[in-house]
Amino acid sequence: MNLILVTFIILLAFTSYYFGRKKALVIQSSQRLTALPKFYGYYLAAWCAAPALIIFALWSVFEPSIVKTFILQDYTDQNLTKNELQLIYTKVKALAAGTYTGNITNFLDESANKYIQLKGIANSAKVAIILAILIFSLSFAYRSVQKNDRMREPVEIFLKWVLFVASLGAVLVTIGIVFSLLFEAIRFFQAVKIFDFIFGTHWYPAKTFVRDGQPDPELMKDAFGAVPLFAGTFFIAFIAMCVAIPIGLLSGIYLSEYAGRGVRKYAKPIIEILAGIPTVVYGFFAALTVGPFVKEIGNAMGLQVSAESALAAGAVMGVMIIPFISSLSDDVMTAVPQNLRDGSYAMGATKSETVKKVIFPAALPGIVGSILLAVSRAIGETMIVVMASGLAANLTMNPLESTSTITAQIVVILIGDQQFGDPKTQSAFALGISLFIVTLFLNVIALSVVKKYREKYE
Amino acid sequence: MNSFKKNLLKKRYNAERRFQWYGKIAIGLALSFLAVFMFQIFSKGYSAFQKTWIVTEVHYDKELLLIDAESPSKDDLENADYYDVAYKAMTSLDPGLPEEEDRQLIQMVSYKYEAEVKDLLLKNPDYLGKIVPIKLTASDDVDQVHKGNYPRDIPEQNRRVNDYQLQIYDMLNERGDILSEFNISFFTSPDSREAELAGIASSFMGTVFSILVCLAFSFPVAVLAAIYLEEFAPKNKFTDFIEVNINNLAAVPSIVFGLLGLGVLLAVFNLPRSTPLVGGITLSLMTLPTIIIAARASLKAVPPSIREAALAMGASNMQTTMHHTVPLSMPGTLSGTIIGLAQALGETAPLILIGMVAFVNTIPGTPVDPAASLPVQIYIWSESAERGFVEKVSACIMVLLAFLILMNLAAQIVRHKFEKKWS
Repeated sequence: MNLILVTFIILLAFTSYYFGRKKALVIQSSQRLTALPKFYGYYLAAWCAAPALIIFALWSVFEPSIVKTFILQDYTDQNLTKNELQLIYTKVKALAAGTYTGNITNFLDESANKYIQLKGIANSAKVAIILAILIFSLSFAYRSVQKNDRMREPVEIFLKWVLFVASLGAVLVTIGIVFSLLFEAIRFFQAVKIFDFIFGTHWYPAKTFVRDGQPDPELMKDAFGAVPLFAGTFFIAFIAMCVAIPIGLLSGIYLSEYAGRGVRKYAKPIIEILAGIPTVVYGFFAALTVGPFVKEIGNAMGLQVSAESALAAGAVMGVMIIPFISSLSDDVMTAVPQNLRDGSYAMGATKSETVKKVIFPAALPGIVGSILLAVSRAIGETMIVVMASGLAANLTMNPLESTSTITAQIVVILIGDQQFGDPKTQSAFALGISLFIVTLFLNVIALSVVKKYREKYE
Repeated sequence: MNSFKKNLLKKRYNAERRFQWYGKIAIGLALSFLAVFMFQIFSKGYSAFQKTWIVTEVHYDKELLLIDAESPSKDDLENADYYDVAYKAMTSLDPGLPEEEDRQLIQMVSYKYEAEVKDLLLKNPDYLGKIVPIKLTASDDVDQVHKGNYPRDIPEQNRRVNDYQLQIYDMLNERGDILSEFNISFFTSPDSREAELAGIASSFMGTVFSILVCLAFSFPVAVLAAIYLEEFAPKNKFTDFIEVNINNLAAVPSIVFGLLGLGVLLAVFNLPRSTPLVGGITLSLMTLPTIIIAARASLKAVPPSIREAALAMGASNMQTTMHHTVPLSMPGTLSGTIIGLAQALGETAPLILIGMVAFVNTIPGTPVDPAASLPVQIYIWSESAERGFVEKVSACIMVLLAFLILMNLAAQIVRHKFEKKWS
């Protein structure tokens, strides 16, 4: 139904382009045109499609909630909670669609009939309104085509608006992220105190799961303490940086200061392949090769090593991050002006002394920026941790034990079927928003540092 | 020069050499990680492209098939009982075996062997009543033994293939009745719980659909947004805000986009779960900033002289942009788009959250059918305990990497072939 309507509008827009252009050619025989003939076509097509499609979109967004209010009006006297009302509405919809399998009460049946009726009215009203709008806007536009008004400017203004709306897309995505996270997180914090979440040291959401019924508030209090997850996240990120910073920084220095053009041309893209490999592949590698390897070495040295150690996950994550640091620090060091180097050489410094005492300090802000970006990357990394580190949240600082991270817990909680409204599901969104805030904070600092640095030398 | 100065100079030169070596070692380490990594994947995965068959003889006995008709129609063959025929085909490998031990022989082929026996007859109806050779898919364990991935020297109780089965295997192998052929079914069959039957067709199609949906949603919006920001946007607080926004969005962890997909696309818009449609839209939100940044960079690279020439000829701003700037920036934009899509291709976590991790044993035909995707398939298989899945995972990784390499090559070609050099 909707598909037919949209196709109809679009087809009509194409035909009106054709007619507009044809009309312009007719006008041309008697008077001077104010724009190229195709703009007459564009003008008509834009007036045809834009208002109708906007109304259509608005209608589709608001119709379901209006219908829902109408249906649930009949239930207001029953004193039901929000979740129960939602359940009833789902049942009514299923019944109307003929997919309901539970037992049908009279009341439910009535509601379903009402639902079908309302939907029918809504559908015919939608078609009627959109047809009316099409006729109205097309006749309006056709009149100005007949009058031979200026055609190019309105079309270009319209196009500019389209471009502007598209650029709002990115903002919309951000708003969507913030709201969808906040919405569920706020509901979570209604059930669990924010204090318990941030400072609690025991994370075990599975124990709050109770089928059909409210979980015990005492249990809730002790199940959602996120400290082990924050600690695990930063710990694994720290291990990753211990691998990535020395290797990445030294390769960056070598590439920018020592390597010949040939080496640089090939070595840099090859190292960057490391960043292009999907993280799930690293996860597999960490779980299957590095984890057992670490365990074997540890056992040979007489240490207790878990097969899913934080060390294995962190080390592999570090390898993944090397190119982020090496490429960015190579770029910032190459951007350091040559006269700084020349000055240092003229004073008799060796190359390494120049790097250590002149170039590195000059490039430091950029390097710090690149490291911060890499840290944010490590914190947000999911698959390596899910596959190679443990899934139980241990509060530990031993790299040979298994720990869990924010991202891994989100996956653990949300894999498979979820029930919205369950505090366990909502806790994933609370974790998500803490992750979002931390990474956003790091990114903003890193980007502004890098930007300042660029302005300094450009 | 006195000896003190000489020593100092020597020390400084040594430090210089050491420092240079640190750099070389760091690069060497990074490259060797890559090499070890690739070696591991290839050495584990290449054997998955071979499939092991067991050849035996099957007698399409009318009586056992329970076919009464003199010249049976296709329906008769379709509805016949193949259980006994298939069973006999396997037990004929060792007629001396007592009946209660039969399972040991049956376990050497995949559980679908009955269907394979049936398919052969349906394809060749004239085999009815004859004794013909047939290829049956070897079970996961026999497959691994044949490929040499399975240690034979550990004690019998720790082995999934027992001594008797090994003996039969050796006998068949000597007779040349164990075949190794290119594993077509790995590419044509959907996922399965049995390693020997599992293929990547369903996840491959899932990936293709998600990427197409992602392209359809992100490319137009991103290009239009980039044009606005680069060519028309006034310099003010609001456009600055949009810019900061885009840069930050590019660095948001992918799993957050998964939460967005779950919380908005599934919960609010009620789009179908586990489908490439939702997966593609989620990925498109993620690639949006990447493409915008690439498109802006390539718009910026078009020299102002082009714009000035067009404006001097009387073109409007919009005409200048649409007729000259945008077409000239397209190669850069396209290669940026391909790179963004390649990133999206490897994403796993957001797809898991929107439910594309479900077990799918059909090949999706449209973007609204449930499907997995290649990276998610890697995750699913790597969680399976069976030994046969290890090589499957590695092979799946090889396919995914090949896909990625192709896309990056395409991006390079688009960039170098079509981009104009301004100098």
